[in-house]
Amino acid sequence: MPIKNNRLTKEQYETNFADIHPPFENKTAAQVEASRCLFCYDAPCTKSCPTHIDVPKFIKQIVTDNVKGSAHTIFSSNIMGAGCSKVCPVEKLCEGSCVFNLLHEPPIPIAKLQRYSTEKAMKENWQLFERKNSPSGAGGKKVAIVGAGPAGLSCAHVLSREGIDVTIFEKESKGGGLMTYGIAAYKVTPQFCEDEVNYITAIGGIEIKYNQELGKDITLAQLKKEFDAVYLGMGVGVARQLDIPGEKLEGVVDAISFIYDIRSKGYPSVPVGDKVAVIGMGMTAIDAATQAKRLGAKEVTMVYRRTEAEKPCTQAELDIAMLDGCEIVWLAAPKKLKGSQGKVKQLVCSKMTLGEPDASGRRSPVDTGETFTLDVDMVIKAAGQVPFEKLVKKYKLDNKNGKIVINENCATNIKGVFAGGDAVNGGKEVVDAVQAGKDGARAILNYLF
Amino acid sequence: MANISSNFLGIKSPNPYWLASAPPTDKKYNVLRAFEAGWGGVVWKTLGSQVKNVSSRYSAVDYGGQRVMGLNNIELISDRPLDINLKEIKECIRLFPDRAMIVSLMADNDKKSWHELIKKVEDTGAHGLELNFGCPHGMTERGMGAAVGQDPEIACMVVEWVMEAATIPVITKLTPNVHSVVPTGRSVVKAGTNGLSLINTIQSVTGVDLDTLVPNPYVAGKSVFGGYCGPAVKPIALKFLTTIAQDEVTSKVPISGIGGVSTWKDAVEFMLLGASNVQVCTAVMKYGFRIIDDLCEGLSNWMDEKGFKTLDDLIGKSVLTITHWEDLDINYHHIAKINQDKCIHCGLCYITCEDASHQSINLDYGKPYNTYTVKEQECVGCNLCKLVCPVDNCITMEEHRVAPEYLNWIEFQKRGLPLNDH
Ligand SMILES: Cc1cc2nc3c(=O)[nH]c(=O)nc-3n(C[C@H](O)[C@H](O)[C@H](O)COP(=O)(O)OP(=O)(O)OC[C@H]3O[C@@H](n4cnc5c(N)ncnc54)[C@H](O)[C@@H]3O)c2cc1C
Ligand SMILES: Cc1cc2nc3c(=O)[nH]c(=O)nc-3n(C[C@H](O)[C@H](O)[C@H](O)COP(=O)(O)O)c2cc1C
Ligand code: SF4
Ligand code: SF4
Ligand code: SF4
Repeated sequence: MPIKNNRLTKEQYETNFADIHPPFENKTAAQVEASRCLFCYDAPCTKSCPTHIDVPKFIKQIVTDNVKGSAHTIFSSNIMGAGCSKVCPVEKLCEGSCVFNLLHEPPIPIAKLQRYSTEKAMKENWQLFERKNSPSGAGGKKVAIVGAGPAGLSCAHVLSREGIDVTIFEKESKGGGLMTYGIAAYKVTPQFCEDEVNYITAIGGIEIKYNQELGKDITLAQLKKEFDAVYLGMGVGVARQLDIPGEKLEGVVDAISFIYDIRSKGYPSVPVGDKVAVIGMGMTAIDAATQAKRLGAKEVTMVYRRTEAEKPCTQAELDIAMLDGCEIVWLAAPKKLKGSQGKVKQLVCSKMTLGEPDASGRRSPVDTGETFTLDVDMVIKAAGQVPFEKLVKKYKLDNKNGKIVINENCATNIKGVFAGGDAVNGGKEVVDAVQAGKDGARAILNYLF
Repeated sequence: MANISSNFLGIKSPNPYWLASAPPTDKKYNVLRAFEAGWGGVVWKTLGSQVKNVSSRYSAVDYGGQRVMGLNNIELISDRPLDINLKEIKECIRLFPDRAMIVSLMADNDKKSWHELIKKVEDTGAHGLELNFGCPHGMTERGMGAAVGQDPEIACMVVEWVMEAATIPVITKLTPNVHSVVPTGRSVVKAGTNGLSLINTIQSVTGVDLDTLVPNPYVAGKSVFGGYCGPAVKPIALKFLTTIAQDEVTSKVPISGIGGVSTWKDAVEFMLLGASNVQVCTAVMKYGFRIIDDLCEGLSNWMDEKGFKTLDDLIGKSVLTITHWEDLDINYHHIAKINQDKCIHCGLCYITCEDASHQSINLDYGKPYNTYTVKEQECVGCNLCKLVCPVDNCITMEEHRVAPEYLNWIEFQKRGLPLNDH
């Protein structure tokens, strides 16, 4: 059976895409876990959270039944604290350095507790922040932000709190960035993403103009002229090309577009093959593989150039893929794609071996000269994403292969233009983008006043 | 294997665990289940004056995610008909002749009532009597319970009445709702009581409901002070116990230790500080009778490990280690030491010493883990860091005597050694 959509029943889709990290059932359950927290001083978990949420404080506030205070603690450091609690790869962040790991005991479920407080805040619509009166007196300052993703929203919220009027230009018709269009569907729902954007912008002073693309509908010159400062938080674009023969065959798709369709069109309408190969072993690759499987693909095989020791995804992510029944082939580099009648049929891979350590310190894969072939009817490319190089170059922004270069004040080479998030780091986590947005906002405030 | 059988005033039981006079001992149904589970004896729920209970009756203090660190009650003595109680007591004795059956009493405040009640109870074949001079609520307003126990003279008088009539051992149960339990203890020992038991519950307010603004337990928009018991009261019970065990008059009679006993370790501590056996209430109210297995096994294993063959070998062993402040050795000094292999870098020792003690712990910044070390010159050996450290034996207190010889406060002053010098 070739690539096909609508493979499962409504119930099957619902089960397959149900929340992967369910919340606490009730207050007692949350308080029992919260009570385990030692309330560490200069806590390792806080230091390992890119937004430096005061974790012991917010957890203690759950214990004392001050959930509103707890939510305030979280949101003060991370306005996307609700989303982060569902999508952060915590095993390498906060929970990964919880001191309980050193006792060989399960760490405090920080994200789940964070979800407990923030979910309640959103449900009850607690507005925990007030805008300052415009600091500049008459007129006030205006800032333009490109991209309503985590970086842009976080930057906007800090600026709005300080009394600045913010306008966000977003090319899509919804806010949230990759939170809404990229992250696996079993982590966040479209409804949640929309609620989160509304919750953040409810502070006021933030206008999002949808379907406005920089470089198409608006220009940087225009923004510079009409606003006192500009923040670029447009993330990164499509998946990297493999540059191997056969990449144009029907059935070869880009992971980002594949997931975009799942997130924006609904599960039944997204077609998937019987035998799917996923290329790469990052977060995106894992998300593509698991979601292909959950859409009803019979066999999903992930191929990766290096070994398990060098994998870029976390063990927790890999476990999800393995539990979903995805096959993993280590030390396999795609060499070419073969097809018939324009449709992909086979993936030929080179067998690799590990050589000397490369610049990243990881041992680099070396071709053994041997190959093997997988029968496939769909190939998903997830070997990293590429920045918006064309756009960046067009505006003469200093960049490194399309990643915008900023100085320690988050400023680009163009005066009054700041940047952060994936557009600068080339693709990290939501929580990094939120911090980048905060840093950007502080830098803009310094620049303006 | 150690012998854990107990002999209290000639009353024998297979182990030193009696159920305290309370709901678990208020009827045949419970008591038989307790004996089946293995309890050594029971003190039957207090019999006496006519009463009527209210609803609700209990409230609790939860702590650190755990329920019932302390329990509070406003219940009265037995509210069942006396005849039925007596009949059931007799039944229980017949079915479990090897267990201790003590009956708790609180008669109206006249000699005749006490004598009549004692006669009826002795007819059941009970092995001993416990006089409830402790209940802090409900009965005091009528001059009973704690009202008796708080006044050494009244207590003395009632015990004298009792001793005129009683032919079986009499234990007087003391109230902790006093500055010191010793005056009442002495006066009832002089009046002839054969033994003492303590403590009964401590007057308390467990909390206020932040929605109704009425304290707990709630009775139609009002509350009253209730008697507090459970793990929370153990330290207070141990203190009162020690004062009785150390007093030259009260230490002449055996003591039944009560107040927060929940584990075999608690029981050992009570016995080391002078209790001949222990009584348990709250732990059973929380978990049921089945906890008796571990109470016995834990005690027996510990005794084997330490080489104690019978309970008499350990009873009272620690009584004399509690001394007067001025007799403590000022030349004794110890300093905290952090075992870096065990440390999990939680920083609790640091912040507690920094904010609440002597700023004696050093912080070396690390990401994500800081390193903490003790500034030996600054450490006063207060124990605070060790107490808050979540890892067993991570912080140890290392002995560094100031001088080899014993030096107490009196001598210290005599020699004119420096004061307030830290
Ligand atoms: C498949 C996948 C799975 C992921 N899973 C996780 C996860 O589980 N957990 C996690 O923490 N992170 C995850 N990430 C990473 C995370 O989504 C990003 O790091 C984060 O969203 C970056 O935020 P940002 O604001 O910098 O960029 P984005 O989220 O990409 O937001 C940029 C916004 O700018 C808009 N935009 C782009 N170009 C223009 C333009 N020219 N004009 C106007 N608007 C424009 C975009 O439409 C978008 O809304 C995942 C990423 C991918 C691709
Ligand atoms: C609900 C309740 C009722 C009690 N009733 C009596 C009683 O009738 N007579 C009595 O002497 N003590 C009574 N007590 C006190 C207990 O016997 C015991 O002294 C006290 O609870 C301390 O022990 P514990 O910490 O093991 O509970 C009662 C305690 C509770 C909790
Ligand atoms: S935002 Fe993410 S990394 Fe930070 S504390 Fe919350 S779950 Fe952990
Ligand atoms: S490291 Fe763990 S125990 Fe310590 S404060 Fe953080 S969550 Fe709590
Ligand atoms: S309290 Fe104990 S575990 Fe925590 S930092 Fe201090 S020594 Fe280490």
